[in-house]
Amino acid sequence: MNLEYSEEYVAFRAEVREFLQGWPLTGDEAQLPVHEQEIRFRRRGIERGYVYRNFPRAYGGSEQTPDVLRERIIREEYAEASAPGDSAGQGPSMLAPTLLELGTEAQRERFIAPTLAGEISWCQGYSEPGAGSDLASLQTRAELQGDEWVINGHKIWTTTAHEADFMFGLFRTEPQAPKHAGISYLLVDMKAPGIEIRPLREMTGASMFNEVFFDNVRTPAENIVGKRGEGWQVSRATLKHERNLIGDPNFMRRAYLSLLQLARDTTRNGRPAIEDPSIRQELAQIEGFFMSLEYTGARLLTATARNEEAKVILPMMTMKLYGTDLRQRITRLALDLLENRSLIAPTEEEGSHGAPEGRPGTWTADYMSAIAISIAGGASNIQRNIIGERALGLPRDLRTPK
Amino acid sequence: MDFGISEEQELLQETVRGFVTNECPATHLREVFDGESGHDPELWAGMLEMGLGGLTLSEDFGGAGLDILDLALVSEVLGEGAVPSPFFGHTVAGLALAWGGSDEQKASWLPRLASGDVVATAALAEAENRWQPEQWSLETDKGTLTGSKQFVTSADLADLLVVGISGGDLALVERSADGVDVTPVEGLDRTRRVAEVNFDSASCEILPGGNRVANRVRDAALILLAADSLGAAWNLIQMTIDYTGTRQQFGTNLTQFQAVKHQIANMAADIEQTRALCWYAAYAQDQLPDDAPHAAAVAKAHITDRAMEAARDAFELHGGIGFTWECDVQMWFKRCMFNRTVLGTPEIQRERSAALAGW
Repeated sequence: MNLEYSEEYVAFRAEVREFLQGWPLTGDEAQLPVHEQEIRFRRRGIERGYVYRNFPRAYGGSEQTPDVLRERIIREEYAEASAPGDSAGQGPSMLAPTLLELGTEAQRERFIAPTLAGEISWCQGYSEPGAGSDLASLQTRAELQGDEWVINGHKIWTTTAHEADFMFGLFRTEPQAPKHAGISYLLVDMKAPGIEIRPLREMTGASMFNEVFFDNVRTPAENIVGKRGEGWQVSRATLKHERNLIGDPNFMRRAYLSLLQLARDTTRNGRPAIEDPSIRQELAQIEGFFMSLEYTGARLLTATARNEEAKVILPMMTMKLYGTDLRQRITRLALDLLENRSLIAPTEEEGSHGAPEGRPGTWTADYMSAIAISIAGGASNIQRNIIGERALGLPRDLRTPK
Repeated sequence: MDFGISEEQELLQETVRGFVTNECPATHLREVFDGESGHDPELWAGMLEMGLGGLTLSEDFGGAGLDILDLALVSEVLGEGAVPSPFFGHTVAGLALAWGGSDEQKASWLPRLASGDVVATAALAEAENRWQPEQWSLETDKGTLTGSKQFVTSADLADLLVVGISGGDLALVERSADGVDVTPVEGLDRTRRVAEVNFDSASCEILPGGNRVANRVRDAALILLAADSLGAAWNLIQMTIDYTGTRQQFGTNLTQFQAVKHQIANMAADIEQTRALCWYAAYAQDQLPDDAPHAAAVAKAHITDRAMEAARDAFELHGGIGFTWECDVQMWFKRCMFNRTVLGTPEIQRERSAALAGW
């Protein structure tokens, strides 16, 4: 155990911090559209070796030697500066690593660089009305006709489908095969004829996700990632990246600090709520969960640096369950602090996470979203199955034969 | 930056774990648990032989010169085995002497603590839950001490007592001194027996650095209790996995049922996530003095509380047998109850941590 950063890393942090002085952009560049500013600054980060470190230069990454400490420093400093670094979008964080691992050379060349740069945006086509936790029972068909897949069916909970250029998704291509073996992982142009997108309105009032209908939608035969019938294995790689995203401790730190601020700014019995004995008890209890999660994050980081991931399977597998539960505790206490202010509906901006932190409407929307993230990327009860079966050696569920 | 324990520390845990598995399996623990004295001299001798009498004491005094983090790792393993021994009080008393004693006091006592020739303990609690240094009220008068201390662990075995007194000071009293009276109390946790100790003008010596180090000693004791609970909770999880993996109902093992599997997954998630907090809080005692008191309070509140929840679940998942005296669950369950309350309940620690955080 040694929590001091060595001189090398202290110097590296200073270097990153100095570079981040360049954000936000100034002068003429500040007049550009925000998206364009982000692309420019991200490109500079790639040149410096701070952004997309694990992607080869040939595909638009900065191809750095893996170094979890440098990566952590970069994440911390970029978060502090609210600067555009590695994009958290589904394309860069989920599809691009999947293509890098399992795509063909042509797919990598065509898609990875523009995806990382933000020129191609993606949505994920996994869930269907009849396929949620039992994702492998999905029914949207893709049939090979000549050199094209022809797709018919219905996807749901598709975040940002209305803005995406492409979808990566799972489709049934081998209807005679057992359910897991009949699925392929395809890439589909969202502008293709026959796609209809209907926004879903969430309880927060915002519309972050959609239904996507496929009516004889065509995508080229080469847009398959992995082999026919191996889409399930390909998707496991993608889901792994999504879980990492949801377990991000920086995200939790911001929520926790924001809660403390709310407790300072809120009045109870004529005093700041943070001085109220029962609020202090609840805050301190949350602090115990928060510190556990934060130091477990540091523990996992070190295990990765030491190449000892096999020793941390249980803490790694419990991050999502524990993290989403903590987020619910944090946002629930915020409701208690807000009292009647939590009875006002969030604005659409607040519901879609576009609003500044700390507003009552943002908290109310976050309370609801915190429950949604315990469903996204593998519902908590599915997490409990995974922890039980894969980390603790408990038996698999009995399955109803089909 | 390296957040993890070293190979040497893993080896230390493995060594102690091997000893506990061989010398104090549940069948043997049960004998001591149900026994009159709650003490097994051979077991304690084996622990001393491994150096557990003076893990953190300086090598000059025959100790192992290790850190609080190492101590926490050992305490965790002793919690796994619910090992009955004077380890807790002996260790806390040793830290108090090492940090707050005069050169003469250290030279006189520490070698004998490290070897185990002298068994020591710490007498901290007073009536009405007064565990904290600022709450101690015993007064000394011309080198004598008068008053009463409660829930003193292994007091009937101890030769030497480190006693918390008014002003947050610490006094040394030999149990053989006139005016020292030890009355065993029927304690809940039969792996760590407790007594009330009365002092009636008993001859004492003040530790010159006592009030400077009393808080630090208390914080180290909090870490010991938290780590013990972490280990105890893990053992309860393992016992529950073993039991539900063999107990049959509706024609199959209980672990086949999601309700059971999910409850066990929750226990494991909850407890495994606290391990890093335990390491951090222990490390802070060694290296981060500014953060150490706060981290100790959070770790004690959180870990002993989560462990109690895991113990509750372990009991429930054992069904009716879990409520019996005969079932081993109770030995760890009560261990968790002890750790949760001694030196201040989670509520007390949370109020302390809130104040220390400047809330």
